[in-house]
Amino acid sequence: MNLFTELKEGLGISWAAIRANKMRSVLTTLGIVIGIVTVTLMGAAITGLDRAFLKNISTIGADVFYVERSDWFAGSHEEWMKMQKRRPITLTQANGLNELVTMAKAIAPVADSEETVRYKKRVSSSVHVIGTTDIYAITSSVGLSDGRFMSAGESSGGRPVCVVGSELAANLFQRASAIGNRIRIGDASFEVIGVLEKQGTFLGLFSLDNQVIIPLQQFTSSFWRNPDYQIQVKVKELAQLDEAREELRSAMRKVRRLEPNAPDDFAINQQDQFVKMFHRLGGTIAAVGIFVTGLSLFVGGIGIMNIMFVSVAERTREIGIRKAIGARKRTILVQFLIEAASICLLGGLIGLAIAWPATLGIQRVFPATLSLGIVATAIGVSLLTGVLSGFFPAWRAARMNPVEALRTGD
Amino acid sequence: MPVIRLSKISRRYQMGSETIYALREVSLEIERGEYVAIMGPSGSGKSTLMNLIGCLDTPTAGKYELNGVQVSEMDDNQLADIRNKEIGFIFQTFNLLPRSDALRNVELPLIYAGMPSEERRQVALDALRNVGLGDRIHHKPNELSGGQRQRVAVARALVNKPSILLADEPTGNLDTKTGNEILALFEELARKGNTLIVVTHEEDVARHARRILRIRDGLIASDEKSEGRRVSVNAELAEAAG
Repeated sequence: MNLFTELKEGLGISWAAIRANKMRSVLTTLGIVIGIVTVTLMGAAITGLDRAFLKNISTIGADVFYVERSDWFAGSHEEWMKMQKRRPITLTQANGLNELVTMAKAIAPVADSEETVRYKKRVSSSVHVIGTTDIYAITSSVGLSDGRFMSAGESSGGRPVCVVGSELAANLFQRASAIGNRIRIGDASFEVIGVLEKQGTFLGLFSLDNQVIIPLQQFTSSFWRNPDYQIQVKVKELAQLDEAREELRSAMRKVRRLEPNAPDDFAINQQDQFVKMFHRLGGTIAAVGIFVTGLSLFVGGIGIMNIMFVSVAERTREIGIRKAIGARKRTILVQFLIEAASICLLGGLIGLAIAWPATLGIQRVFPATLSLGIVATAIGVSLLTGVLSGFFPAWRAARMNPVEALRTGD
Repeated sequence: MPVIRLSKISRRYQMGSETIYALREVSLEIERGEYVAIMGPSGSGKSTLMNLIGCLDTPTAGKYELNGVQVSEMDDNQLADIRNKEIGFIFQTFNLLPRSDALRNVELPLIYAGMPSEERRQVALDALRNVGLGDRIHHKPNELSGGQRQRVAVARALVNKPSILLADEPTGNLDTKTGNEILALFEELARKGNTLIVVTHEEDVARHARRILRIRDGLIASDEKSEGRRVSVNAELAEAAG
């Protein structure tokens, strides 16, 4: 008998066996159902988080470098403290880069602080104030929902104009148009010329919409004379990111007048770092999550193994008959393996049928995605659980001595 | 060429520290078409002999040729194939699969032989008709009488056209009348040229065979020709007559 016939026969026999012991099959399957539901939901949550992150991270821009005094992710507290002692980055240095870096499409110095913003009697406190140039429109690639960004003239002339984030606009002007109105940032007065598109929160940490962008000159004269600048550098070609980074680094060393042997006293941050950090963190979360939920599947698998041992013991005589009539070891093995795999597969499918609507529910409060990959994995895992946990019982059945098997129950 | 040739077959069992000799250097030849009864009290070794002849067990010493093929040194899978193709078993307790109908039970050896399903169904149907159960093919064993069950078992034993039919106390679980019906069926099979080996402890059953082997203490105590009393039909007639 070939393997295909064995599989076909095995399926028929196992279906009959499952139906003959309905209650037992349901209870056994339940273990697998629970296991698959938890594993699937965990997977859906992890994928959802992953996607949400990648969507969020795109606001940083893959082709933009952020030159700052310190690294986004310090390896240790000491390292962080050391970086805090570095010289600040100055506007002169930022301007110096403009002449040295050839692979950059746009370079924008950025300074920021927090101020209270007022319009008539409405007040927004802790607003993120960004002082920058008109080039920021290119480096940050942020869109406008209304009005326009500051012009080159307004930027270089230090005109009292501003572009507000959507949340700030909503707070101050409610539904009325913000354009043309004058608001007070700290003690200075600015005319609103544009409103940014809604960007949401960054990784759920802080709002990107509670901000206001003003010309750099206004920033330094009104708020902070010598701030620690961030320099945003957008490269021309994403493909040449590494070369551009190298060029930027040596240019930075030059404008900072570093000795040839001195280590860099600045950091070039980029999106990539966030992605790496996230993958490291996400990988740990995923590993722990899958392990914990995998445990429930493991317990389900033990249930299957247990019930398969019972099934084999109950059907010893049947095994004896089949062997006497000419069933080979493999035939018996396959028969019981299929029975275990069928129960698990059934459990897996039921589990998916539960996990799918559950994911839709979770999506309301938490990013979760039931991808095709997870569905395929769940089916694969349930089959594997069946085969693994069914193997020992099936092997015991296959190795039975026909004479002894026929004698049982006499 | 004999269909069965046993040369100095021994079978030992290890029961803890004790060694039990179930068979001691038994030699035996059975020709094609013979109808043989193997008799003996329990513990005589007749079941062991039947298991060896049926390739359910292997001897600890000696040689067994079935149809000219050495089977005494085959592995489990080869023995399974031999059982499938060469041997038809009929058991005292019928040993049908309880959840499968008559047709499915008879099909089983053909499934293991790898016969395509269309052909298999036809062959199994013919086998059931031959034992007079053409109208019971979709009955499960518990919907059949003892005699009918044993007929299904006979159909199953015959369906692969085996070299030998091996019956272990075939009438042990049947009343006299149905027992006789089965014996009549055996007689007919013997007349058609099938090789039949019946293991029994009942003289009445053994007397139907043409040759009676008596086993005692793991040895063949006697091997004699018998007239092969034809009871089946006549007995029923006699019973009907009075």
